[in-house]
Amino acid sequence: MTLEERIIDIIVEQLEVTREECVPEAAFIDDLGADSLDLVELIMEMEENFGMQIADDELEKIRTIQDVIDFLRSKGVS
Amino acid sequence: MRLDGKVALVTGGSRGIGRAVAIRLAETGAVTYINYHRDENAAQQTCSLIAEEGGVGRISRFDVADYERTQASIGDIIRENGRLDILVNNAGIAVDGLLVRMKESDWDRLIGTNLKGALNCCHAVSRVMIRQKWGRIINIASVVAEAGNAGQAAYAASKAGLLGLTKSLARELASRSICVNAVAPGFIKTDMTAALSVQAKEKILEQIPMSRLGTPEDVAGVVAFLASDEAGYITGQIIRVNGGLYM
Repeated sequence: MTLEERIIDIIVEQLEVTREECVPEAAFIDDLGADSLDLVELIMEMEENFGMQIADDELEKIRTIQDVIDFLRSKGVS
Repeated sequence: MRLDGKVALVTGGSRGIGRAVAIRLAETGAVTYINYHRDENAAQQTCSLIAEEGGVGRISRFDVADYERTQASIGDIIRENGRLDILVNNAGIAVDGLLVRMKESDWDRLIGTNLKGALNCCHAVSRVMIRQKWGRIINIASVVAEAGNAGQAAYAASKAGLLGLTKSLARELASRSICVNAVAPGFIKTDMTAALSVQAKEKILEQIPMSRLGTPEDVAGVVAFLASDEAGYITGQIIRVNGGLYM
């Protein structure tokens, strides 16, 4: 399973959205209907799944699915 | 009003108000965990009283002031049951005396158990409650949080802190049908108030329109209501159970 697929699996499960909606440019709040608690849950889920910590200031930069992919890659997750 | 199928945790559930709350929640149908720190016998007794009424009570020993132990123990409860619906932050200690005569270690201990303890427990349950999209957190504060009391500056500060926690967490979690409320008891007949002198008690009674001390059951009934589905539109509130002592 690729990194993108693993990330999208988590998003589908957490936000109760379809796979089709999970295009890379989809923004969590504007396109996927997430609120601030959803985002926190999502991030905690990512942290658990990928065994890493995401700092609050890094969190602020994450808006879209592509942002998550880029962020995890930059941390050496593949 | 029933709590069947719900799982509850009452901190400081071995004696006093906590015991009455645990018994009431279990009677109403919730599987109820009784947390205690020191008094194993009293906790066992609470459990037996619940069993006599046909309820399910279980014991969980940890010090709420200890962050790691609290996360681990509450994590165990959540794993065991797959859920945790009701948290009653009741564990509390009192160290009385004029502030000028108190020691730093006294208020460290007070704040550590009464306020940080509640934060530790809220932290441990929030995530599962968010997932469940249902939860009830009830913080046991005190009349002195709002009214103040000479000789209880640190205790009152810790209880007033609970009110701020209650209102903020209520806002954070409202969208997930998690209600966070505080119950502020007045003078209740427990070991904590038994330590008061006869004169002090008489003076207090003069100020209570109902002319009696409250019972732990007076508090437990309100907590059980706040824990129920029926209280689903009440959040961020301070419910005062004080016989009219402070309005």
